[in-house]
Amino acid sequence: MRHRVQGRKLKRTASHRNALLRNLSVSLLKHKRIKTTAEKAKELRGFIEPIITKARKGDLHNMRLVMDSLKDKAVVKELFTDIVSHIGERAGGYTRITRIGRRLGDGAEMAFIELVDFNTLVNDRAAARKDEKEAAKSEKAAKEAEAAQAQ
Amino acid sequence: MPNPKRKMSKTRRDKRRTHYKATAPTLGKCANCGDIKMAHHACPSCGYYDGRSMFIPKS
Repeated sequence: MRHRVQGRKLKRTASHRNALLRNLSVSLLKHKRIKTTAEKAKELRGFIEPIITKARKGDLHNMRLVMDSLKDKAVVKELFTDIVSHIGERAGGYTRITRIGRRLGDGAEMAFIELVDFNTLVNDRAAARKDEKEAAKSEKAAKEAEAAQAQ
Repeated sequence: MPNPKRKMSKTRRDKRRTHYKATAPTLGKCANCGDIKMAHHACPSCGYYDGRSMFIPKS
C-alpha cells in the first residue's frame, strides 16, 4: 500500500534529489522560466514556494535559511530584492506549470515552470532573441547578394 | 511452493490480452489558432495556453 506516501523519488538518492531540486531552483530564479520534465516541475513547485515565502519576510534569519537551501549568493540577493518586489502581495502560488508535450528521446512529458509575475518578461526576451536572429539572417543574405554582384 | 499445473496456451494468453488496448489521447481545438492540440497542454503550433504565450514556435 502506498497510503500517505508523498513526493517522488525521481530515481535518485536523497542527496542527489536535494542537489537536483537546488539546481532547478537556482535556474528558475535566475531565468524566471525553465523547461524540464513535468514530474520534476511538480516536485520543484513544492520545494521553491516555501523558499520564496521565506524570502518575502526579508529579514536576516530568513535570508540565512534560504541561503542554506540555495547556496548561491547572487541568486539569493536577487530573490530578496528584485523578485520579492515583483511578487508584491501575491499570497502563494508564485509558480505556474504548463505542459508542452512529450520529449522525442524518451517520451517524457515536458513542461515549462515559470515565476507567475515574470511571464511577460520571458516572452519579451524570447521575442527579442528571435528578432535578433532574423536580423542577423537578413544581414547575412544581403551581404551574400552583394558579394555575388561584385563577382 | 504451489505452481501452475499446465503451461498457458498461446490462445488463452492472447485471449487475455484482447482487453489490453491503447486509449486515444483527448484532443481539443486551440482557442488561439484553432489547430488541434492536447488537452491541458500548450498548443504546439502557436505556443499558447490559457490565453498566454508560453513559447514562440520555430516557424
